[in-house]
Amino acid sequence: MDLIYAEATPPGRGGVSVIRLSGDGARQAAEAYVGPLPVARMAYLRDLVDAGEIIDQVLALRFDAGASFTGEEVVELHLHGAPVVVRRVEDALLRAGARHADAGEFTKRAFLNGRMDLSEIEGLGDLLAAETESQRKLAIRAAGGELAKKAALWRSLLIEAGALVAVSVDFADEDVPDEVPSRAFELIDEVRLLLQQEVDGFSAAEQIRKGFEVAIVGPPNAGKSSLLNRLAKRDVAIVSDRAGTTRDVLELRTDLKGLAVTFLDTAGLREATDDDVEVIGIQRARDRAAAADLRIHLSDSGQTDLGVWYDGDLVVQGRADLNVIHHKIAISAVTGTGVQRLLDQVFEILSQRAAGAGLVSHMRQRLEIEQAISDLNIGDDNSAEVVAEALRQTGVALDRLIGRIEVEDYLDKIFSSFCIGK
Amino acid sequence: MFHVKHCDVIVVGAGHAGLEAATAAARMGCSVALLTMRESDIGTLSCNPAIGGLGKGHLVREIDALDGVMGRLADEAGIQFRLLNRRKGPAVQGPRAQIDRALYGAAARRLLADYQGIELHLCEVTGLAMDQGRVVGVNTARGETFCCRAVILTTGTFLNGMIHIGDATRPAGRWGDATSKSLARDLEDLALPLGRLKTGTPPRLDGRTIAWHLLSEQRGDEEPVMFSYLNVAPRAQQVSCGITETNERTHAIIRGNLSRSAMYGGQITGRGPRYCPSIEDKVTRFADKSSHQIFLEPEGLHDHTVYPNGISTSLPPDVQEAYVRSIKGLEDSVLLQPGYAVEYDYVDPTALDATLAVKNLTGFYLAGQINGTTGYEEAAAQGIVAGINAALFAKGAEPVAFSRTESYIGVLIDDLVTRGVTEPYRMFTSRAEFRLSLRADNADQRLTQKGFALGVVGEARYDHFATRQQAYVAARSSLSAKRFSPNELRASGVEVRLDGHMRDGFSLLGYQSITNNQLTKLLPELDLISATTRIQLNNDALYHQYTHRQEKDVARIKENESVSLVDVDYSKLSSLSGELLEKLTRRRPSTLAEAAGIEGMTPAALTLLVIAAGMRRRA
Repeated sequence: MDLIYAEATPPGRGGVSVIRLSGDGARQAAEAYVGPLPVARMAYLRDLVDAGEIIDQVLALRFDAGASFTGEEVVELHLHGAPVVVRRVEDALLRAGARHADAGEFTKRAFLNGRMDLSEIEGLGDLLAAETESQRKLAIRAAGGELAKKAALWRSLLIEAGALVAVSVDFADEDVPDEVPSRAFELIDEVRLLLQQEVDGFSAAEQIRKGFEVAIVGPPNAGKSSLLNRLAKRDVAIVSDRAGTTRDVLELRTDLKGLAVTFLDTAGLREATDDDVEVIGIQRARDRAAAADLRIHLSDSGQTDLGVWYDGDLVVQGRADLNVIHHKIAISAVTGTGVQRLLDQVFEILSQRAAGAGLVSHMRQRLEIEQAISDLNIGDDNSAEVVAEALRQTGVALDRLIGRIEVEDYLDKIFSSFCIGK
Repeated sequence: MFHVKHCDVIVVGAGHAGLEAATAAARMGCSVALLTMRESDIGTLSCNPAIGGLGKGHLVREIDALDGVMGRLADEAGIQFRLLNRRKGPAVQGPRAQIDRALYGAAARRLLADYQGIELHLCEVTGLAMDQGRVVGVNTARGETFCCRAVILTTGTFLNGMIHIGDATRPAGRWGDATSKSLARDLEDLALPLGRLKTGTPPRLDGRTIAWHLLSEQRGDEEPVMFSYLNVAPRAQQVSCGITETNERTHAIIRGNLSRSAMYGGQITGRGPRYCPSIEDKVTRFADKSSHQIFLEPEGLHDHTVYPNGISTSLPPDVQEAYVRSIKGLEDSVLLQPGYAVEYDYVDPTALDATLAVKNLTGFYLAGQINGTTGYEEAAAQGIVAGINAALFAKGAEPVAFSRTESYIGVLIDDLVTRGVTEPYRMFTSRAEFRLSLRADNADQRLTQKGFALGVVGEARYDHFATRQQAYVAARSSLSAKRFSPNELRASGVEVRLDGHMRDGFSLLGYQSITNNQLTKLLPELDLISATTRIQLNNDALYHQYTHRQEKDVARIKENESVSLVDVDYSKLSSLSGELLEKLTRRRPSTLAEAAGIEGMTPAALTLLVIAAGMRRRA
């Protein structure tokens, strides 16, 4: 089968990232960058060289067809775990004719090549469901945001362009314009420009490289600053039992099992205060908390009612050493009770998001968009059916990104805009 | 007294679906009983007197490539031929012809009379003969029973057909009588899912009362393009159509009487085709348009009836007459027959598999308008697929499916059985994602070899194709063998980039900027290539870069088509979402490709299905 690749290790900063290549020509594609790999199952320490430039020093090993996980020719490249290195290598593999694997595709190939037994296959259903679930979450997260709005716009522009082309092709013997209206090409150019902007401002590695922000929010005196100090294992924040002590947002950069996580200590959220500085602090706390990737809602009661709640947030009961414990996660910044558990929870949530993002969105999205841009690079000197083909290809490329554009969408547009029918 | 007759395949109905089904099964060596009510039903053009068009013309060429009859009949009865989209690329050009109804019917009757293997019976089918849940034949009003291995039903709009003219309503024509209701009841007993559709016709005019000299004329092509690969020129005398248009006065009359239209009066519930709106629809929905075009199509050389294409209606006859006479050139025209709307039940085609057999009911096939399509060509295409598969079934051979990667026929069947219909289904070239390779000029290259292997293509047809194909292959390989460097090309005046890439002779044919003179200078062998082969080579070269890129998409679809899901138990796939589980259980797609066409399908779910299918294969 054709050559596919994917990062086999979770994305993010780790000691090592493994990229796996499977399919016809895997060995040849890898050897072009790391030099000959004469013996199968032998680890070679090599420079990975792309266009004369050393990208990374890697460990490369290959497996013969029939003696690998997928049953096909497989090469594993062990890179240093920096996202930028991974991205450079992926770019190189793309140019060598490989494509990014679909969700579950390695496993699918392993199955199709008879490399997995029935019990393993049964487990695959759950795996796929999990992948779908993270895709869904990602989609929902994106759906709330700007990308979804943009995508809806691209889609409507493409449908309008496609309908203009389709009407001039399929209803030529009717009372409609014979040539593809220039409006179609204006629309195509518009979409191409929008997509290009998207790619320009879009970096696959950025999210993971910049890390995640986790905001600690809660009412005054909930112990937010104490928690931050506990995490820092030193006094970063001023702690006092006077409500409103924290005014600015304090940041603590940590390495949480390989993920870059910045914890934010924010001002206690309360309405009534006549201290102008504290009011600004509270506003800042709300803004930063809303922009963070995750919020820890800390309070004595373990309840949250502060207007900065987002799905998937963590609710934590504070000062477990002083209060009756009635919540799943209870911590004491003084004794350290529950803090590790909280960190584990934070890691699980963020790593899931990182994995989901790495799987479908970043590299793949970028590729789909770039493909779409090149498909739309079509002049008005082409005939209608060729323009239509370009739009169809674009539709395929944007398929996963913005939803499939079906013939029916064109027809709907045509029949609502043109009086067709003899 | 009961008579029992035996045959391999029974075809009920001799419209366009029935004709292709019966002749296809007969070509494959089956004994076929073709049952229809009366001789005049044979190959009747019940609506507009034309065959072909965009997408539709492609279908006729494909039927012809499978040695079907529609193309040859249309060539024989065509009285005005036009290749549509002449100014666009060859992929979206479709042949179309005005048809003389009488000539077409006569040609169809003549064809049947000598068709080896077909027995025509003029009789009324009253019901299905069932045995242990299988359809094993049909019963007729004459008390006969026909026993067979496979039954193909091509009965059009007979199910609960209802005609509306203004506020008058009556059951639709010939199938309305009591005995045929028992066939409808038999179908109801099979619990097939039904839906309701409508369609309309315009009034018919007496051509002798039209002031033709006031109207503009639409002539046929100077060089008519035929439907069949076997024909080169029309046989009948060629005529023109007239063009006129509605005006503000027409629209005012229609608007003033909207409440009397069956459609706007609320009598009609079925969904009509959006591409064939009634004139009531047009003036309401496109109120800013002050006129709509009307094509005046003669129904025959010796028939004065004229079909005014563009003004179908369900208004009462007096209103029809008033608005028709408000139109330029039609001021004194006489209406021979009022326009009307017809409503009918159709069988939801998602209940069929890709051979057009009813799922779980072996040996029983449905083809044509009964499956929710409109158009003679769409009906005929289904007929040939059902005919081929009924014959294969009768012989105990494996069924055959037509892929959407290889033909419009495949697109049609796949759309029907995986998506179903919401309005009468009509073919458009936009429905075919691989339309740059599915062209009217290469239907034979795509299908004739396959048809010959199946036995549906006769020797004579195949020889004709093989000669053509040999010439094509020889020409293409000799052109491909010639290679030119950019410098050589520039020296001949051809503008190319100096990128060091050699160009072969075949790809030069696809260059838009190259002149004929330059071509013949570089490739003198072009002069030896026949005109038809040259056209095909040009077309293939023109789209080569696109079709080459589509090959991956094609391969993926073909792979999906090869994965059978027939035995998959979806309820055991715990990871499927409830919505998909419901859709899959209801639709029962037979291949992965069909499943992929289901709305809302995800890549992950498809992977699960592949695995489930694989598990079945191994078990």
